[in-house]
Amino acid sequence: MTQEQQGGQSADTSGFIGHTGAKIFHQMLLEEGVDIIFGYPGGSVLPIFDELYDTPIQFILTRHEQGACHMADGYARSTGKTGVVLATSGPGATNLVTGLATAMMDSIPMVAFTGQVKSHLIGNDAFQEADTTGITRPVCKHNYLCKDVNDLGRIIKEAFHIASSGRPGPVLVDIPVDITVAKAEKEPDFSMSLPGYKPRGGRGNERQVKLACEAINNAERPVLYVGGGVILSNGSEALRAIAQKGKLPTTTTLLGLGAFDETDPLSLKMLGMHGTAYANHAVQQSDCLVSVGARFDDRVTGDLTKFAPKAKIIHIDIDPASISKTVSVDIPLVGDAKCILEQMLPYIETKERPQWHGQIDEWKKKYPLAYKAEGNIKPQEVIDQLGKMTDHDAIIATGVGQHQMWAAQFYGWTKPRQIQTSGGLGTMGYGVPAAIGAQFGNPDKLVVDIDGDGSFSMTMVEIITAVRYDMPTKFIVLDNDYLGMVRQWQEMFYSRRYSGVAHPCPEFTMIARGYGAQAAKITDRSELADGLNEMINSDGPYVLHVCVEQEENVFPMVAAGKALDDMVMGELI
Amino acid sequence: MKHVISAIVENQPGVLAHVAGMFAARGYNIDSLVVGRTEDPALSRMTIVVIGDEQVLEQVRKQLEKVINVVRVRDFMDADYIQRDMMLIRVHVTPEKRPEVLALVEMFRAKAVDICRNSMMVEIAGPEDKIEAFIDLVRPYGIHELARTGIIAMQRGKSKTGSETQNGKA
Ligand SMILES: Cc1cc2nc3c(=O)[nH]c(=O)nc-3n(C[C@H](O)[C@H](O)[C@H](O)COP(=O)(O)OP(=O)(O)OC[C@H]3O[C@@H](n4cnc5c(N)ncnc54)[C@H](O)[C@@H]3O)c2cc1C
Ligand SMILES: Cc1ncc(C[n+]2csc(CCOP(=O)(O)OP(=O)(O)O)c2C)c(N)n1
Ligand SMILES: [Mg+2]
Repeated sequence: MTQEQQGGQSADTSGFIGHTGAKIFHQMLLEEGVDIIFGYPGGSVLPIFDELYDTPIQFILTRHEQGACHMADGYARSTGKTGVVLATSGPGATNLVTGLATAMMDSIPMVAFTGQVKSHLIGNDAFQEADTTGITRPVCKHNYLCKDVNDLGRIIKEAFHIASSGRPGPVLVDIPVDITVAKAEKEPDFSMSLPGYKPRGGRGNERQVKLACEAINNAERPVLYVGGGVILSNGSEALRAIAQKGKLPTTTTLLGLGAFDETDPLSLKMLGMHGTAYANHAVQQSDCLVSVGARFDDRVTGDLTKFAPKAKIIHIDIDPASISKTVSVDIPLVGDAKCILEQMLPYIETKERPQWHGQIDEWKKKYPLAYKAEGNIKPQEVIDQLGKMTDHDAIIATGVGQHQMWAAQFYGWTKPRQIQTSGGLGTMGYGVPAAIGAQFGNPDKLVVDIDGDGSFSMTMVEIITAVRYDMPTKFIVLDNDYLGMVRQWQEMFYSRRYSGVAHPCPEFTMIARGYGAQAAKITDRSELADGLNEMINSDGPYVLHVCVEQEENVFPMVAAGKALDDMVMGELI
Repeated sequence: MKHVISAIVENQPGVLAHVAGMFAARGYNIDSLVVGRTEDPALSRMTIVVIGDEQVLEQVRKQLEKVINVVRVRDFMDADYIQRDMMLIRVHVTPEKRPEVLALVEMFRAKAVDICRNSMMVEIAGPEDKIEAFIDLVRPYGIHELARTGIIAMQRGKSKTGSETQNGKA
């Protein structure tokens, strides 16, 4: 194609002919409705950053690519939109791996763009070259290496489609720098030829739906076991309708927290390793367990051979590969959780089941979640108070460890997309950037990161990102001077031989102030209410360093390999 | 137990790595994996022999279907199908033993494709057990070298890859 022809074509502003790859990248992101990118620059993405110079898309410079990836994740979880992250080749790309794997395990929609060395240098161990598609393939739903600028538009369109449809997940697009400066000679083919990709959204098989409802109606001890899939499908309202119509006791996984309002009397709160005893007993005694968008994770089932032994199992899931993966299912229903729940509603009968509800109430009275507000500040009471003071309405992020479990147990979840937590991969360091990402998606909401001293230390540098972009995110560090969760295992299963878990902490308030955030440290119960109050009502980012009881343990606990109702209860429950 | 699975995949770079990587990551045991063209230049066929029980097979099938570039998957569990493996084998054969080995070649409807002073290369195709039987019979002479393609398979009485079951994926 001659220069003249190209010039003539590019006058058409909607077309791509004559546009550089960088320009097409930019056009496509606008087309996909992207309004924010989290990332970090470098040599191989210079042409893309040059295009971003006058863009209406907000670019957020983080302090580490992992932070950018978790921010995009927090943004996606809290808004339901697809998170976007951009990094350079080599080390920029490898720094994304933890963030991608975190999003992959929890089915979070994300598109990651990485720069790559020039096409003709690929495979030569060029400067800052890494086999990015090779490295990230197992931690992405799909990935692409773009080798021709004429394919870039289509690839970006496909990437967003794949990331956000079906069972969502991260998709990575690797773009060699020469592709970003090359000019397109063809209009992109947007027909998206993906002959192998047919996500199973939508309604379920009508016959199966009726079969499932019949089983539920006939059950004496039904339980709804609700997971992240309900949140991903925006199905909370449909779930509430079914649970209330059928008077069905409902428990959620860690990732399903908020999909069902915990103040509803039907709520059993979280089940699993650190779930409530009443949820775990209910599941074990159930004669009909209905899993909705949950994947029978080992933290939930305990010993598989002893899991829900009396129950007929119904499984609603969008991913056929989730069904009968670990637990064999009696009535599978493949499709979107919200659609299927709506389909089921008319068939669900209202039944009182007084015996079953009586039994559950008894368990609730006998085994409430509890802590003793004596001596040092208890981590549980900080979360409990925060929940009450924020009307159980804040967006909460967490790190990974004991504090994460206490947050799950004590905050009091009322709304979907309220919790930002790494469940599947269990990524320490997720909390700080995820909270900030969620704040970008919800600038007017209160966003609080409930973090552990260990997890916080891994990514606290991103506080300066919150400061710089005026994000009023709050961070509570529950400092026990330990890698507490690991310490708890060593206490319980390794005769208290504490090995590699003492974790002396710096003066977090000084660090926070150094970053430009407000901060306070509290060590005594008498300071707690005021401390939380001041934090909640502060204008900007705020770090509240709370020194808590060092050797507090999380109960109930189902030890690894034990049946779900074989729990260590602690002294108080 | 061995199962034969056939996957129609998009003919694109990276697909083999994706499928092989998925098998490795999930700890599935592959006995053989063959990739080749189909009647449609945009598609290739992978024929994979996996070892495992029925539950493993079911997961393998579902996980394969999840790979974006995999278009269709079928397992030949209950189907009536033809499977073929092909082998080139160089056997130690002294001139005195030649007639003996050639008789075997004849009996197996194999072909002697190269004969040197002390060895003979044989080409043989067929179901796996026929090939195994041939190997057993020539082993006493001494095997210099052996190469097998791995199994390819196709269902009887079907005309096109397109008529196979479509899969869902999420
Ligand atoms: C220290 C630690 C302790 C933990 N302890 C516990 C615990 O005690 N209890 C607990 O529950 N978890 C616990 N977890 C989390 C656990 O590891 C898993 O991440 C979690 O249980 C998985 O939640 P889920 O089953 O809801 O699945 P998710 O990972 O949220 O998967 C969602 C499922 O829904 C499906 N889906 C997606 N979209 C849709 C749709 N639109 N319609 C229908 N289906 C859809 C997906 O295919 C998938 O099967 C812990 C994690 C850590 C780090
Ligand atoms: C990146 C990473 N490394 C290691 C672990 C293993 N791990 C799980 S919980 C935990 C301790 C967390 O300590 P902290 O953040 O202080 O929380 P606490 O348990 O004390 O509340 C560790 C080391 C992990 N989940 N993630
Ligand atoms: Mg700690």
